Amino acid sequence: MTVRSRVLILVAAVAVLAAVGLAAVLHASARAERRDRTQAGGPRVTSGTVTLHGSGRLVFRNMAWGPHRDELTAVPAGDPGGPRTAAGLKCLRFHAASGTGVCLQAVHGPVSDTYRALILDARLHIVDRYDVPGIPSRARVSPTGHFAAWTAFVGGDSYAGTNFSTRAAIVDTRTGELIPSLESFRIVRDGRPYRAADANFWGVTFAADDRTFYATLATGGRTYLVRGDLRGRTVTTLHTNVECPSLSPDGTRVAYKKRVAGLPGDAPWRLYVLDLRTMRETPLAEPRSVDDQALWRDTRTLVYALPGDYGADLYEVQADGSGRPRRISAAAVSPAYLG
Amino acid sequence: MYVADSRASTSAHGAARPAAGRRRAAVAPTVLALGTVSLVTDVSSEMVTAVLPLYLVTGLGLSPLGFGLLDGIYNGFSALVRLVGGHFADRGGGRHKWVAGLGYGISALCKPLLLVAHSLTPLGAVLAADRTGKGLRTAPRDALISLSSTPETRGRAFGVHRAMDTAGALLGPLVAFLILRATVDGYDAVFAVSACVAALGLLVLVLFVPGGRAPAAPGQRPTLRAAVGLLRRRDLRRITVCALLLGLATVSDSFVYLLLQRRLGVPDRWFALLPLGTAAAFLLLAVPLGRLADRVGGWAVFLAGHGALLLAYALLLTSWHGTGLLCLVLALHGGFYAATDGVLMAAASDSVPERLRSSGLAVVQTGQALTRFACSLLFGTAWTVWGDRAALAGAAVALAACAAFSLTLRPARTVTA
Repeated sequence: MTVRSRVLILVAAVAVLAAVGLAAVLHASARAERRDRTQAGGPRVTSGTVTLHGSGRLVFRNMAWGPHRDELTAVPAGDPGGPRTAAGLKCLRFHAASGTGVCLQAVHGPVSDTYRALILDARLHIVDRYDVPGIPSRARVSPTGHFAAWTAFVGGDSYAGTNFSTRAAIVDTRTGELIPSLESFRIVRDGRPYRAADANFWGVTFAADDRTFYATLATGGRTYLVRGDLRGRTVTTLHTNVECPSLSPDGTRVAYKKRVAGLPGDAPWRLYVLDLRTMRETPLAEPRSVDDQALWRDTRTLVYALPGDYGADLYEVQADGSGRPRRISAAAVSPAYLG
Repeated sequence: MYVADSRASTSAHGAARPAAGRRRAAVAPTVLALGTVSLVTDVSSEMVTAVLPLYLVTGLGLSPLGFGLLDGIYNGFSALVRLVGGHFADRGGGRHKWVAGLGYGISALCKPLLLVAHSLTPLGAVLAADRTGKGLRTAPRDALISLSSTPETRGRAFGVHRAMDTAGALLGPLVAFLILRATVDGYDAVFAVSACVAALGLLVLVLFVPGGRAPAAPGQRPTLRAAVGLLRRRDLRRITVCALLLGLATVSDSFVYLLLQRRLGVPDRWFALLPLGTAAAFLLLAVPLGRLADRVGGWAVFLAGHGALLLAYALLLTSWHGTGLLCLVLALHGGFYAATDGVLMAAASDSVPERLRSSGLAVVQTGQALTRFACSLLFGTAWTVWGDRAALAGAAVALAACAAFSLTLRPARTVTA
């Protein structure tokens, strides 16, 4: 083959490949318009005022297509599938309690995205903002509203390969004081002080006393349930194979996802509830793998997200292992019950 | 052609090689073609790597932690594949291009598959295949670079290739984020464009990289035994032993960035940009240091590169807190890569006969990768037990000792031209 014909082939191929690439980009950008149009049969979303005061409402990130996609929306707690009121604030992850909210947002930069955490007051006004070091995954506010926590996936940038670690931060919403990483806390494992470079924390959940929290600690290839002490700055291991704990409103039980042996590698988790007094585990009636930090609607019911047609759907199941899971709302994620 | 390309016999060989330039400024067209292939392919693969975590978490709603666990397994597998690729490229003499092409082709096929894989298991399988392609192509590609340049321009040839490769790695994330900016959840567009770019890289390889020539000694097909027997050669054994020893004291990149962040309190949002500093220094220094290696000997530059790394460790151990420290450490870290990555391949090429070039380079690369992995494990343990400063001090002492030992093992024949 002559150089001339090789160059001709290359030029032709560049033209074809560029056309294919351009078509893919145009297709994906045209999707914006479709996604901004309301999907037939989807929930009705109208803009309005959402506050974090009062009770009887459920607030979550609306994932339904239409003009209010990814905004915080509120529905009556008794009718979670009903019409939604959109607040105009976009969050990737959200949680709220006692008039304080935490909203984890992406900030679109020219070259790459960065992330931040917004502390919101009851009228969804921004009180404080903090850098989040990676893609946000979990958010929680303490029952009193005095503390907020979030977890981010750090790493995964192009030169670090596909290894990830997590970083969990806790902020005092009254003083603005930030603990950027729980890795600075002293670890007591099986009754002994423990230090490890590979310690990772995620999925913080707070007790009502403004001092105790629970979280996941991963180290040496195992995951632990830890009880943390905000004043003593320590965490103590309680149980193994626990991820994304969620403390019940009465503080007696922890719901969590557990890696169950024999399940496929891409769907390894099942929901369990651990009684903190007897340390007895109860499997819940959800047969699917749940990759979420469950939320207690009340002392008897848990709510969690599973992948759905428009990102994620919310489901509920009995906390005592009985009953059947039930879908309560489509195209929704990151729920918080007010009041 | 079993005689190593010792400096004494180079002029004759150089003249006999059509691809090699007679003037010092030239780099063989094959090297430029391979550099272009690597640049284009790295744009493609780094596009995917840059958006993958975002895609997993915000696109698919998965948590990427389990994914990270699988990653270590793939890395070990990739090292083995590299040996296989090196061996097959040598068999039959001229297969370098086609084994490398197979590697590039596998990786290119993986990109459109990302469009249809929506859960961790298929995604993991696609990425494992992508790694396999990368493992297969690396050794034959480096053998092609070394075979198409004369010993006295090899350092520069590898320098040019590594600079082009790194430029692609820097461009890839930029392209990916521009696409994400222009679209809504445009991960499918990123994967599609990445597939097109990968296909282009493969096409450049097929069209512009010359195939191998007939084997030097027909009938004598390089066997696995001959490849292993390479280590009986004193020069190569010395280089391999030194590369292994020094690899054992080379702290992995992520630890360096973590140490920098701890020392300087680098704001979280800048943390992800630290590797860019290393890459930029690598890009700028790869060619000049490759040329330097041609002039003063690859071995000297290779050791000096480890000297730069040692200096970076030492700076991290001082009590200096300043932006200057950040810049200097990243520059030294990038300089370390520029002085070692391609230069080691150039130096090792001198000690491997042509018909086993690919296998020989694969042996050195795999050995180095494995000892660096061992170093990561050791360093992580030391960090846990003694803390970060003590672990780094230990690594610095080990590096100094390995470098001193390597000095005494200096291969006799790689003296200054």
